[in-house]
Amino acid sequence: MNRLFSEFRASIVSTLLLAIVCCGAYPLAVYGIGRVFPAQADGSLLREGGHVIGSALIGQSFSGAGYFHSRPSAAGQGYDAANSSGTNLGPLSKKLIDDVTGRVADYRKENGLDNATPVPADAVTSSASGLDPHISPENARYQLRRVAAARGLTQGAVQAKIDANTEGRQFGLFGQPRVNVLLLNLELDGKR
Amino acid sequence: MDIYGWIELVLYVVLLLALTKPMGLWLFKVLDPQGKTFLDPVFRPVEKGFYRLMGVDPQSEQDWKRYAFSLLAFSLVGGLLTYALLRLQHRLPLNPQAMGAVPDHLAFNTAISFTTNTNWQSYGGESTMSYLSQMLALAIHNFTSAAAGIAVAAALVRGIARSCSKTVGNFWVDLVRLHLYLLLPLALAFSVFLMSQGMIQNFKPYTTARTLDNGAVIQSIVQGPMASQVAIKMLGTNGGGYTNANAAHPYENPTPLSNFLQMLAIFLIPSGLTYYLGKMVKHQRHGWAVWGAMTVLFLAGVLVCWGAEVHGNPRLQAAGVVSSPGNMEGKEVRFGPFESALFATITTDASCGAVNAMHDSFTPLGGLVPMLNIQLGEVVFGGVGAGLYGMLVFVVLTVFLAGLMVGRTPEYLGKKIESYDIKVSVIAVMVLIFDILCFTAWAVSSKWGLAGLNNAGPHGFSEILYAFSSTTGNNGSAFAGLTANTPWYNTTLGLSMVFGRFLFIVPVLALAGSMAKKKLVPESAGSFPVSDLMFVVLLVGTILIVGALSFFPALSLGPIVEHFLMAESNLLF
Repeated sequence: MNRLFSEFRASIVSTLLLAIVCCGAYPLAVYGIGRVFPAQADGSLLREGGHVIGSALIGQSFSGAGYFHSRPSAAGQGYDAANSSGTNLGPLSKKLIDDVTGRVADYRKENGLDNATPVPADAVTSSASGLDPHISPENARYQLRRVAAARGLTQGAVQAKIDANTEGRQFGLFGQPRVNVLLLNLELDGKR
Repeated sequence: MDIYGWIELVLYVVLLLALTKPMGLWLFKVLDPQGKTFLDPVFRPVEKGFYRLMGVDPQSEQDWKRYAFSLLAFSLVGGLLTYALLRLQHRLPLNPQAMGAVPDHLAFNTAISFTTNTNWQSYGGESTMSYLSQMLALAIHNFTSAAAGIAVAAALVRGIARSCSKTVGNFWVDLVRLHLYLLLPLALAFSVFLMSQGMIQNFKPYTTARTLDNGAVIQSIVQGPMASQVAIKMLGTNGGGYTNANAAHPYENPTPLSNFLQMLAIFLIPSGLTYYLGKMVKHQRHGWAVWGAMTVLFLAGVLVCWGAEVHGNPRLQAAGVVSSPGNMEGKEVRFGPFESALFATITTDASCGAVNAMHDSFTPLGGLVPMLNIQLGEVVFGGVGAGLYGMLVFVVLTVFLAGLMVGRTPEYLGKKIESYDIKVSVIAVMVLIFDILCFTAWAVSSKWGLAGLNNAGPHGFSEILYAFSSTTGNNGSAFAGLTANTPWYNTTLGLSMVFGRFLFIVPVLALAGSMAKKKLVPESAGSFPVSDLMFVVLLVGTILIVGALSFFPALSLGPIVEHFLMAESNLLF
């Protein structure tokens, strides 16, 4: 009985002490250090005229012809940044194939592509988070003509903005080349 | 399979190899109650204070039964605490989004899930949990369950290393020292790095943003104390996401570099434990042989998964999608197919379960790899501690089989392997197999099991098989289309987590106790060598044969038939 008591005493006391150290002191210390780079620790937020218009890391939905469009999203009703999610549809899902087939047709129509042109994979598939801020450079290139026409800009001018917002592989190795859609569209609007 | 992928894969293995010895030496000091480290001036007084308040004598040691009892009592207390906190979440502070109380069956499942180092999530983090629940109710287990796993591995290694000993260490001393000298310092350093990459750490309510395309559309952006939790989630191979999308979420894995180091963090401690094993048993080459067997299985998994994901989905290609770079459904652009496949392999080799891509949307063979990794017992580096003790169970079985083949009494590192040792080892392995297959069979033949499916046909079967494999193996990743947040699923998955964790740990500790008691006899020319290529081949063979015999029929009904349907038919589900 004494043994039992001593085991549970050790269990309860150690749990409380570890809670204080690992769940109190530690996250607060990280929070404190985070004040050294508040922009990141607070969510890489972008502001415009006093209010927040988004985060540089979180994708948004775009539908206007003058904007580059993000990937399809399964987060809530689309790019719901409090409800991240993928579709979780398997490779032989009828819904997946139907959805993608529809998006391929829409994408070709929007961007003036003929029916033989294969469409970039990221343009018609949903990301894992539903909040992917990026599209592939190929996807941006296919959308270039539409955006330039809608804004009355030369394709060269829009291409320059794509290039300026294209991130290469990190250290030339990690990750995939990618274009941040929100930052690119902000720049097109002259807000960056 | 491009050159960048190959370079990154080689770099990953080289870095892991380079970190193994320093990590192993550090573990050797931390797991020695008298071990001295440069952190002593800071933490030694704290450590002593812990023992005083806990009423623990750090000089005393426990036999395996007492060690097991301490671990079970500690886990029970932690689990109850989490259950209570989740049920009372709406009345507690640090809840700016006014999250309601967590329903009873979900709180039951979640409390077990985090206590057992599984971190299976029947809920979406950012839509269910308050900041207090995240950083206290859940994150405490990211530390404690990791330390408990390492402690069990240490007890087993001590048992193997000692001669004629009744005891295997002191659970409380291991627990406290692992927190103070290993997990906390690593997590602190790692969380600072993660914030530098863009991970959030704050206590603000969710940000309200007026979106660019249409200012009337409001985007509510998740906030909270994420970095501190994610750092230990990876280092402790817990894997429970702060957000629903886990390490696919741009905040939870902002850059390819954060992705790379998160992958390295998963294997860091498990890899170091192989060196710790070699040092403890004074046979360093044995430690490296175990490391080698793990690496062989790791690379095999990566290459199959990577190949399948790059090859992509022919049905999508027929619908007009470019075949390069491969299957992008459920993947992030910044990671692409290679880093998604690598992450998926690592997270299931280990019992981590964090995901940076949705395994449910992988190609059939791409999804087979994570599932099989879990079913093989997560012994490829594995969960912190759990990987090594799982692997050592297979080592005992391998030595036994090798002994049978040549007709000698099996012997492992100077210890005779006897009937008792084989019995407890087989019990441990059989518990996992029975747990996975019986629960899966029950679910697929029940209304409640089929009600949660997101996909039909063989993929639906895979969703269920994956769920019970993941919970039994204490992994926590999912074919996440399955709607598991129902009373039936939460209960059955919760039970399978308990069985998979504790009905494995208790036999392992029994094995530790049995090995400790044995007399060490010097190795002779007739001893089975446990550090050469033959040993590695036999060990890998044993793992694959046990896994294949147990799970091949089930896998045939899921990913394997799906693969052939994808390649050879026009069927959709």
